[in-house]
Amino acid sequence: MNRLLPVLVTTAVFLIGFALCCLQFPNFLSTRVVFNLLTDNAFLGIVAVGMTFVIISGGIDLSVGSVIGFTTVFLALAIQRAGLPPLVAFALVLVVCAAFGAAMGAVIHHLEMPPFIVTLAGMFLARGASFLLSTESIPIDAALYTDLPDAAIRLPGGGRLTVIAMIMLAVFVAGGLLLHVTRFGATVYALGGNRTATALMGVRVGRTTILIYTLSSLLAGLSGIVFSLYTSSGNSLAATGVELDTIAAVVIGGTLLTGGQGFMFGTFIGVLIQGLIATYITFDGTLSSWWTKIATGVLLFAFIAFQQSMVGLAGRRSRRRAAGVAPA
Amino acid sequence: MALRLPRAGTPQILAFLAILAVNWVVSPQFFDTRFQDGRLFGSLVDVFNRGAPVALLSIGMALVIATRGIDLSVGAVMAICGAVAASLADSHPLPVALGAALGAGLLCGLWNGLLVAVLGIQPIVATLILMVAGRGIAQLITEGRIVTFSDPGLAWFGGGSVLGVPAAVAVVFGMLLLTVALVRGTALGLMIEATGGNARASALAGVGTRAMTLAVYIWCGLCASLAGIVAAADIRGADANNAGLWLELDAVLAVVIGGASLFGGRFSLGLAVLGALIIQAMNTGILLSGFPPEFNLIVKAVVVLAVLLVQSPALVGILPSRQWGRSWRRR
Repeated sequence: MNRLLPVLVTTAVFLIGFALCCLQFPNFLSTRVVFNLLTDNAFLGIVAVGMTFVIISGGIDLSVGSVIGFTTVFLALAIQRAGLPPLVAFALVLVVCAAFGAAMGAVIHHLEMPPFIVTLAGMFLARGASFLLSTESIPIDAALYTDLPDAAIRLPGGGRLTVIAMIMLAVFVAGGLLLHVTRFGATVYALGGNRTATALMGVRVGRTTILIYTLSSLLAGLSGIVFSLYTSSGNSLAATGVELDTIAAVVIGGTLLTGGQGFMFGTFIGVLIQGLIATYITFDGTLSSWWTKIATGVLLFAFIAFQQSMVGLAGRRSRRRAAGVAPA
Repeated sequence: MALRLPRAGTPQILAFLAILAVNWVVSPQFFDTRFQDGRLFGSLVDVFNRGAPVALLSIGMALVIATRGIDLSVGAVMAICGAVAASLADSHPLPVALGAALGAGLLCGLWNGLLVAVLGIQPIVATLILMVAGRGIAQLITEGRIVTFSDPGLAWFGGGSVLGVPAAVAVVFGMLLLTVALVRGTALGLMIEATGGNARASALAGVGTRAMTLAVYIWCGLCASLAGIVAAADIRGADANNAGLWLELDAVLAVVIGGASLFGGRFSLGLAVLGALIIQAMNTGILLSGFPPEFNLIVKAVVVLAVLLVQSPALVGILPSRQWGRSWRRR
């Protein structure tokens, strides 16, 4: 129950926020708005799934925004200049991204360095690499790029469930299963709880760490593919600062930044809350875009303070229960 | 401190000189310095001048990292303070504009410090809040525009000079002297290192760890606001979107190049500033050599990796120059 509380609060905040928006703007309550929320935040959702694994394991990945940028430029060059079929380019870029993540994971584990500084180097490297490939925005006009974004299941009320949104939903379902059902998922939680204890239990910490960062970069690559489909272009400046939005979405979704606690569903709601704020500001029309940042910051603070008080309460209770035996 | 610096910072000083030498090879007029309009000009002077904002940030960041913390919000705080100074400069006297900007930095630092020291939130998370919201606040102040000003008093921080030295460099030097005097002239530096080394043991030994933590974040906010003033004066305007963008990462990098450990417990202010100058010298070198400026990021990534390798706990036993590696890590 205690573990579920942050997710329940997040969900309640989203529902209340949505209800308030509907009260103010009657047009808000339509399938069109709801499904646009999914389509517009698809790339953020996909990358947030990977970040959820990283943060639950007690790490952080600052490189995801740069990896998205790199992916879009790589795809644009591979498809437009080298003439590769889009699907081959997709496979190629996913392999590159996965290798990049595996390398970061290996450095984090084998050199025993903090993930913060290693992924910071990865962020510089990926952004620098995309700048080296091209500094201009390259439009992509392959057939797949003109057809796929328009392909959608039409719903009553003007809503369109696009392919992009479906990819995101599928990634969330797959990520949720991987985190909550498999042995790998259990290991991720264990790592975030206590690394040393996990290693002593016989879990292969190194392998899991490398897999976690591989997964994060792989999903960032997939997110980059979706981003390039969404914008039909490749730009080395694309997705600057997305790592912050992603971390914010995961934290607002009730995942503890110290690791060991969190749910995939919470991240999904966290992404939707960020999308809801942006949509509200678009609907309102008089508010400026910077209010998105301020509102996200305020929400971030509220959730972190809430979590902190929860952790404090839980810690006090368990200490009382242990009757003098202080937890390490 | 000043006497210990040459011994402790040998690798950094050698690296800085090596980069300057490379710059000189790439561009033979690199060391040409001339005196004009009461001020020094030249590529070398430019390295110091352009490096000033990151150098200022690295002074505060060094103290924060010494307590095992990190301040991700300094870039956003720069934007806020630059916006405050620029929007008040033409309508109010200079002391008011400067005071308001410094006060804004102080408040931001206080906020971070309260979250970390009183609420006990992890530093990386606590300062993430202001990093996200701060740029929004700065845009709120400038109303999304680039606010320009013409007040010569504020512009002095960008184009003026003290005894021929560019004003920005003088500000860095003054702040460095003041901070060194404060932390090394008293026991404060020792207490800051103790807090980072083992907060619990230090608290039991009577160190006011909470006050120390609060103080370093406030000081970091103050340094960030000075950096914001210098950056705004440099372009005679405040750009809430781009002022200080990603500079927090450069500041962390500068402190790490300066030999500090991200695990806290030791710091050198002089070497942190030298780290900032190393970064700037590399940037200038890349520009002079005609490589695209985008090359910067790749070079920075390589430097981070190199510093990681030197600092890595796993590699210390393997390194051939084991003794040297150890002694450098200790200091």
